[in-house]
Amino acid sequence: MTDRPTPPTLRAVVGSHRIAEEIFGTVYDPTIIRRIGAFVRPYRREFVVSVIAVLVFTLTQLAMPMIIRHAIDKGVMAGPAGMGVLRVSLVVFGLTIALNFIASHVQETVVGKAAENVLFDIRRAMFAHLQRVSLGFMDKTEVGRLMSRLQGDVGSMQEFLETSVLSVGDIVLLFGIVTLMLYLDVELGLITLAVLPVLFGVRLYWLPLARQSFIAAHETNSAVNGALAEGIHAFRTVQAMGREGVNASLYRDKVLANLATHLHAARLAQVLVPVVDTLTGLSMALVVVLGGSMVLDRQLDVGVMVAFLFYIQRFFDPIRSLTIQYSVMQRAMASGQRLIEVLDVPVSVADAPGAVDLDQTDGSVEFDHVTFGYTPSQPVLHDLTFRVEPGQTVALVGPTGSGKSSAMALIHRFYDVTSGAVRVGGRDVRQVTQASLSRQIAMVLQEPFLFTGTVLENIRYNTPTATRESVVAAATALGADAFIRALPKGYDTMLGERGGSLSTGQRQLLSFARALVADAPILVLDEATASVDSATEQLIQNALRTLLKGRTGLVIAHRLATVRRADKIMVLQAGRLVESGTHRELLTQDGLYARLYRANYASFDDSDGGV
Amino acid sequence: MTSSRNSQRPVLEVMKIADAHSLLGGLATLWRMTKIAFLTPWTASLGIMATLISAVLQLIIPRLLGHAIDLTQTLAQDHSGEARAALITTALWVLLVSALRGVFTTFQNYYSEAVNHHTGVELRLRYYEQVQRLSFGFHDSVHSGDLITLGLLDLDGARQFFSTGLARIVLLAVLIGFGGVMLLQIDLVLGLLALSFVPVVGWFSSVSQLRLRLTWRDLQDRMAVLSRVMEENLGGIRVVRAFGAGDYEMGKFDAASDKALTLAHDRVDIRVRSTGIMTLAFLGSMGLVLWVGGEKVMAGTLSVGTLTAFLTFMTILQMPVRQLGMLVNSFARTATCGARVFAFLDLRPAVASPSDAPDLQLSDIALRFENVDFAYPAARDAPVLRDVSFSARKGETIGIIGPPGSGKSTLAHLIPRYYDLTGGRITIDGQDITKVSLSSLRRAAVVVAQDVFLFTTTLENNIAYADPWAGVEAIEGAADDAQINDHIAGLSARYHTLVGERGSSLSGGQRQRLAIARALVPNPAILIFDDSTAAVDAATEARLRAALQEGAAERVTLIVAHRLNSLQHADRILVLKEGRLVETGSHADLLAQGGLYRALYDLQTNAEDRQGT
Repeated sequence: MTDRPTPPTLRAVVGSHRIAEEIFGTVYDPTIIRRIGAFVRPYRREFVVSVIAVLVFTLTQLAMPMIIRHAIDKGVMAGPAGMGVLRVSLVVFGLTIALNFIASHVQETVVGKAAENVLFDIRRAMFAHLQRVSLGFMDKTEVGRLMSRLQGDVGSMQEFLETSVLSVGDIVLLFGIVTLMLYLDVELGLITLAVLPVLFGVRLYWLPLARQSFIAAHETNSAVNGALAEGIHAFRTVQAMGREGVNASLYRDKVLANLATHLHAARLAQVLVPVVDTLTGLSMALVVVLGGSMVLDRQLDVGVMVAFLFYIQRFFDPIRSLTIQYSVMQRAMASGQRLIEVLDVPVSVADAPGAVDLDQTDGSVEFDHVTFGYTPSQPVLHDLTFRVEPGQTVALVGPTGSGKSSAMALIHRFYDVTSGAVRVGGRDVRQVTQASLSRQIAMVLQEPFLFTGTVLENIRYNTPTATRESVVAAATALGADAFIRALPKGYDTMLGERGGSLSTGQRQLLSFARALVADAPILVLDEATASVDSATEQLIQNALRTLLKGRTGLVIAHRLATVRRADKIMVLQAGRLVESGTHRELLTQDGLYARLYRANYASFDDSDGGV
Repeated sequence: MTSSRNSQRPVLEVMKIADAHSLLGGLATLWRMTKIAFLTPWTASLGIMATLISAVLQLIIPRLLGHAIDLTQTLAQDHSGEARAALITTALWVLLVSALRGVFTTFQNYYSEAVNHHTGVELRLRYYEQVQRLSFGFHDSVHSGDLITLGLLDLDGARQFFSTGLARIVLLAVLIGFGGVMLLQIDLVLGLLALSFVPVVGWFSSVSQLRLRLTWRDLQDRMAVLSRVMEENLGGIRVVRAFGAGDYEMGKFDAASDKALTLAHDRVDIRVRSTGIMTLAFLGSMGLVLWVGGEKVMAGTLSVGTLTAFLTFMTILQMPVRQLGMLVNSFARTATCGARVFAFLDLRPAVASPSDAPDLQLSDIALRFENVDFAYPAARDAPVLRDVSFSARKGETIGIIGPPGSGKSTLAHLIPRYYDLTGGRITIDGQDITKVSLSSLRRAAVVVAQDVFLFTTTLENNIAYADPWAGVEAIEGAADDAQINDHIAGLSARYHTLVGERGSSLSGGQRQRLAIARALVPNPAILIFDDSTAAVDAATEARLRAALQEGAAERVTLIVAHRLNSLQHADRILVLKEGRLVETGSHADLLAQGGLYRALYDLQTNAEDRQGT
């Protein structure tokens, strides 16, 4: 690989391409303000208090140079008679300090905590909403994307809420400085303030430039981070394939591109500093020359000149924070837009008004001319009709995309049918409460999903009635007790991320145990396709038999053993029920099932269009 | 899967940072960071110089302004013409010094930022290289999430040492040192009063920043728990819905969320309490200066200009002094984050060849295991392979089978040296694999793994992973042999189709066939299938076997499998039990022997019949 002639094309990248999201939105969008405002409303008292506090704080800041001016002109410069005035000024100064302290304390504490509360509330509302939105939405949406809503976007709202109160103070401070300077001396005020519009203008011209470089730096950051994460996750493949060298040079390219965007952004961020400092210097120089002459001519008190110099040094602070606030606001609007999108995802499956609890069922399941599509125009199930008798085990087989999983999802009402009806225990699933329906149906998914927590917690999951004893009993019945006890802390062993420390077979047994503990009259099970060794396979088959005992079972079957043991086999193809009967009956029929069976596929549906 | 391989521990525990909390250890870390910062000596020196100059210029401004005020006073009576001229000169100085201060502040900020970024580049490149270099044994022992946190958060915390630590300390030293001396020289009492806020503010700022620093990690941890609760909920939403566990999950969310919120509130309190006191101390000493200074002016021992200079100087000093805490924070952050990063960078890969190791020379392609013993690094006292010996030559296909935990996959992983042996040796054409360069060995021996990792890029890039310069024919040929070409040809973007996240848009069987194509591209001399056709159906597997027949004559092929029919056609089958080689022979021989192989065979073929009836 190393001593090749000049390569024709390098077919290599590190890290993935991801579509970047808008960082900045419009500055002011009334809808977003209104919607986010609804979350602020419970804390409106806090926000009012902090706005008042920030106003008081700003006024004390404005007052201080005025007090100093008073102390100098009416006290210090007024000869011995001024001593009293100086003392009084000092007392006032002390009071102002105390006020300043209280106001800033109140403002920062109240607004800081209220902002945290608001954003935790927003996150909770979104999370709660996601528990109710249709599974169709969840299927389509990457978890990572939702997480960036719940974390990143919520975070930029926090920034906005905290600074928005401060910007009220900044505006007051800016106007206060202008007003006081004009009050102290109109002429001198006007002349020195002449630089203000220039400052604003320069800053506004600069803003879009800075923003572009900010976005570029942000994007190259995620490219670099993505490549690192990939390198960490893929170390086996990288080392097995000897890609270290190529990857290192591709990564270096990304890191250097990132450096370039950051240096550019840093240059842009700094370019305004000399402009601002020069303009500030110019204002001070004007005060020195013009103000100084006026003092010489006794047209101006020297204290006024001192106050001017103090105010000029504070000039740029509010302008800078206001322009920063402008960007924060735009970012918040873009984030707010995305937050609202999540909150507005329709809840398509909800309890009907007057839905009743489904308490007792005989365990029968019935599909009555069911047609269903994730988008109604493209049905994946066509006019499906069948009935599963209480206690019966039915195996569903068929190639990938034949609609098996969709049919199973309808039993639990993950989606609503387009036409026809699904009945559980004789009741249309749309007329009973979802909570009660889920108590009647236990589900085992194809990919066993385990949560971070102990083995016990994972098996008990949402079955509050399950005791430690019943969990152990379930695990024992399924033949999982032995391996669980062999774990470092037995049933109290913490499982790693998604049960990472367990084998595939062990994870399956735990998900079986979870369903057994839930003890519902109907079991819907999607058999795992992952291959396990024959001993584990047998353990799982035995466990499955235990699990199905005494309940109605609907199984999406991949293993021949499972299929052959079923009371009835239903063969689906392209959303239609094409054959049904026992194993022997279907073999005699010599249809699709017989063909699949003879092809000796490892599983019935990974035949990859071979049917 | 053997459990010994999967016993993961937190990365910090694995790295054993002994001196993270000792003062000396901290200083050593800071020194190393400083050395890295000065890898760009010019940028760093310019940053320091600009910081010095801009600090000095800052000190001049209050004096100029004070001078201007005095000019309006002392010469008010008779020399008004001279005074006006002097005022103009002073004004020009003010303008010039301000402009220069702006310029040097720009340099200071820019170069300091630049050094931070260069430090980041240096650390990132080293980090990435280290991730790729460290052996399987290390990666097995840590959570990947920990490595990502270390490479993102800790690295980022450490890389900003120059601007937040080194440059700032220079700035503070000049402002407080020079400025302080200047003030004390002008007027001792007034100077002391003007500086009286410095220790108070410095102390409170440092304490609060340290407390914020300590609680920051806690907050990150609590937020990580909250994230995990949300992520697992969203990832496992079907389980949540299936068990009607919405309320239960909200309960988990609230518990995690409340914990994070409480700490967030605490942090607000820590921050606010100290800023309030700092402001109070600053304004308090300003009041004292005004009081004492005012009385001195009235007594005629101080000019009003000097008083103004004192007050102006205090406003300039205020910000940097408040940042003293940030300096403390920066040192603490760099010491802890840097220690973690360096501990990782200093790890030595367990599997490595001497730097002068020759490349593997291939001739007959004869693979030999000689009395191989092996145990995983995490569990050295639990041997996985014991005294395994066998050999294979070019053209042979060797099957490996055994009950779970018998060491089948482990055996496969020893050939490309994912792990080093604890006893015995493995040779290829007479060369001990530990004596040849790792890159040449891994080019010669390729394992197709059980769990397929696909990259989020085109199918073409994935197939050409081992040899990114491979031509189109090589890629399509490999795909064809691996029985995936037909599927790819049916896609609208064909070989340019993007593979979804973790290859989610492909079925299990397709992913495995893609991995086989990827292993075929470099045309390895030893090709090892580690249960890599488990999800491929039998008919496709048969076609795959036929397609690989031709290439198999030129290489050694090892097949590790659960399914017996995957290796019935092997020239020889090795049967492993508890790490020992217990039977060897062809399918027919082994059946006839009536040993473990026979038992496994019966278990697999009869299981279905038994359950069917």
